Amino acid sequence: MRALARVSLGRAGFAAVVVLLAIVPLTTPPFWVTLGNYIGLYSIVALGLVLLTGVAGQTSFGQAAFVGLGAYTTAYLTTRYGMSPWLTLPIGLFITFAVALFLGFITLRMRGHYLPLATIAWGISLYFLFGSLDFLGGNTGLTGIPPLALPGFELKSERQFYYLIWAIALCALWASNNLLDSRPGRAIRALKSGLEMVEAFGVDAARLKIVVFVYAGLLACVSGWLYAHLQRFVNPSPFGINQGIEYLFMAVVGGAGSVWGAVIGATLITLLKQWLQDLLPHILGRAGNFEMVVFGVLMVLLLQRAREGIWPWLERLLPKRASPPVPNAPPLPARHKTTRQGALLEVDAARKQFGGLVAVSDLSFEIRSGEILGLIGPNGAGKSTMFNLICGTLPLSAGDVRFCGASIGSRQPYEIARLGIGRTFQHVKLIGSMSVLDNGALGAFLRSKAGVLRAALKLDRAEEARVKAEAARHIARCRLDAHTFDAAGSLALGRQRIVEIARALAADPLLLLLDEPAAGLRYLEKQELATLLRSLRTDGMTILLVEHDMDFVMGLTDRLVVMDFGEKLAEGLPAEIQKNPVVLEAYLGGVA
Amino acid sequence: MDLTITALLAQDGITNGAIYALLALALVLVFAVTRVIWVPSGEFVAYGTLTLAGLQLGKPPGTIGLLVGMAIIAGAIETWSCLAHGQTRRLPRRLLLWTGVPLAIAGLVQWLAPLQPPFAVQIALALAAVTALGPLLYRIVYQPLAEASVLVLLIVSVAVHFALTGLGLWFFGPEGSRTPPFSGESFRIGDVIVSAQSILVVLTSVLLIVALYFFFGRTLYGKALRATALNRVGARLVGISPNLAGALTFTLATLLCAFSGVLIGPITTVYYDSGFIVSLKGFVGAIIGGLASYPLAAAGALLVGLLESFSSFWASAFKEVIVFTVIIPVLLWRSLTSRHHEEDE
Repeated sequence: MRALARVSLGRAGFAAVVVLLAIVPLTTPPFWVTLGNYIGLYSIVALGLVLLTGVAGQTSFGQAAFVGLGAYTTAYLTTRYGMSPWLTLPIGLFITFAVALFLGFITLRMRGHYLPLATIAWGISLYFLFGSLDFLGGNTGLTGIPPLALPGFELKSERQFYYLIWAIALCALWASNNLLDSRPGRAIRALKSGLEMVEAFGVDAARLKIVVFVYAGLLACVSGWLYAHLQRFVNPSPFGINQGIEYLFMAVVGGAGSVWGAVIGATLITLLKQWLQDLLPHILGRAGNFEMVVFGVLMVLLLQRAREGIWPWLERLLPKRASPPVPNAPPLPARHKTTRQGALLEVDAARKQFGGLVAVSDLSFEIRSGEILGLIGPNGAGKSTMFNLICGTLPLSAGDVRFCGASIGSRQPYEIARLGIGRTFQHVKLIGSMSVLDNGALGAFLRSKAGVLRAALKLDRAEEARVKAEAARHIARCRLDAHTFDAAGSLALGRQRIVEIARALAADPLLLLLDEPAAGLRYLEKQELATLLRSLRTDGMTILLVEHDMDFVMGLTDRLVVMDFGEKLAEGLPAEIQKNPVVLEAYLGGVA
Repeated sequence: MDLTITALLAQDGITNGAIYALLALALVLVFAVTRVIWVPSGEFVAYGTLTLAGLQLGKPPGTIGLLVGMAIIAGAIETWSCLAHGQTRRLPRRLLLWTGVPLAIAGLVQWLAPLQPPFAVQIALALAAVTALGPLLYRIVYQPLAEASVLVLLIVSVAVHFALTGLGLWFFGPEGSRTPPFSGESFRIGDVIVSAQSILVVLTSVLLIVALYFFFGRTLYGKALRATALNRVGARLVGISPNLAGALTFTLATLLCAFSGVLIGPITTVYYDSGFIVSLKGFVGAIIGGLASYPLAAAGALLVGLLESFSSFWASAFKEVIVFTVIIPVLLWRSLTSRHHEEDE
């Protein structure tokens, strides 16, 4: 009952914002309506940056150029060819899509700093291009842009336009919020925690980053289209690099982690700029862009002291939304499990060299269906390197790895995940701010289909319910149901390792790879882990366990492969390995 | 286009390219050691020219006010951090270093400026005044953020660029300045006229690059910076202070920027906000070198200079567009040749 009240309070809050927005133009002088229009236009752009910067961990200084692209496309086509503005919007979106796709493709496969640098260059290029192309009117720009018209009436006054801008802004907020709470959204939120993790669940991280960049570009383009028809003229000056930087400031000030941060940031920066431009000339006795100094200093202080922006502070004041209960939904379709006879995975003379160092030297072994195989060895033996060769995180120098008879030696990690190999990480990689349930749901990424569009329009709810139900089932199977709605980061290390196993299980793998799952666990936690792994084996799961804790491995595994200095030292049943003199020598430095 | 024009354009391009090369080296250096993408480097270029221009007129340059202000802020931060950590005994030394030295430089410039000392002394004063700003900036802005991600450091850099541009307007005013050439002479090599000015610029750049090469190859501090660039944690473990490495890097990089400003002064009129575009050309060069290779960055910067000078002949309206669009094929090539995409730190 109380939870219900809280949810409706959240709805009431949203309704209050809408009512407030609706009455502003009716009660305030035109000056405030104009400001409200700009805040709406900027919010749309900043929203894209919230997703790109705050959520996906990338950034762009070139959003003003995308705004310009939207504005100039409609300005040119409507004034020169008399096209309807409703037709120029899709054309502008298409051009933006193509440009963003291209820029994203060439920069987002590399390290994070290439995109911002490329967007600075592209922002400046486009700005100069607008100013020097004669058919776009050079620095004077284009005038006489027709107003937007609906059948029956034209949107000529600022007040009318206000409602259109904010209707679009609220739709964009709604869609972006939906997107974040969905299958692609979980993957986008996971991007910041490292690409290795998302790729292990079948996410093509480079593609996803490009998708977010394109999404942000399209929002900027819509804002530009609105701007052109609001102002009825365009020139290059509002699309320069400084405006692009201010858009980023808005997203950062507001709080780049939440969609509402975009509106807060756009409002604050716009009002502050307005106020400073009135105030500073009086104080300083000189005219000039001195608000830049204030903005710059404020940003530095903010990033030094409160990197999350203003929204988290406001959020704390709002009533907390209760988590909705796990929906009761049918299970997701499971992988067709043929009982393969013999080897599920074959490692055939795998080799990995780092310069002159041979970390894994022509190692061969196999994992049979339904067994727990332990890969053990002293520190530095090359176990983790071997593990990464199987997952595709590291490319092989020579040799091959076959899974179900097919070579996976040169596949990307997300392709290997698709074939049915699940994994955990030696250093736990969960998204600490997300609930255990959402972390688990990320594991089921490959078993669901919803794309960005379906998610944004909230058409994915039936599938989403099944994903959540599936994740909850695996969390319960790992006996973590008491923590389903806790933030993953709030759990103890031992529990976090189990969450990683639940997440891997949600992917319905044929083979589970565990990288030192017992490291840093206490005695009781280790026993719980061993019980869980045994029960998984009983259910038919095949497991590769990389460990250096001999006691943990001995009672649990069916067979052992021992590595030392990148080579296979021994292979056999745990009892045989325990007596093997070569192994004892490697571990204890000689038999006494 | 005949040979004479080609030679003239090439000479222009190489001269500008040599200046961009200094900037490209500064950018690669700062990124390698501190992971900061140093967008505000351009402001120091502009400060360099404008400070020298001020000294030429016998006026105390605006840099003095900036230097005094930053020295006081750095002193306040040091005092606060020493008191908060109970290290009062260290305070006098730190104040001497962070406030005393910059104030002494500011005082010296203030005192000598109206005396109109010889040109070489003026250059030395301009370099000293501008270079002193670099470590102060590091201390005030970047040192508290040393553990932040590349992304946060980049956004901070852009914010600093905003602030320094505005401060440039305040301290130097909106007027542009040009400094007199180092030498008005020129001579002929065959059919080609070469100005002594160009040769001086190129020679100075080459000398600075060689000096850097020796600094990194032969001196302990240079090696410490290289170690930090290769492995921050490892360098820290062997006793190299990351704060020292950062401050030293910013000193060197600011010196390179101030030098670029002194060299570019006679070539073009510099305004308080001209530095940004100049430094971005350095960035294009640095990106050609993958933000990692010094020789490739310098070569890339030279290419940018040549491209700029030839495109100003062929299509002067699109000069900037062409220069900034070059990075597209460079990035495309880099993107297609890297198999696994890279992780951030």
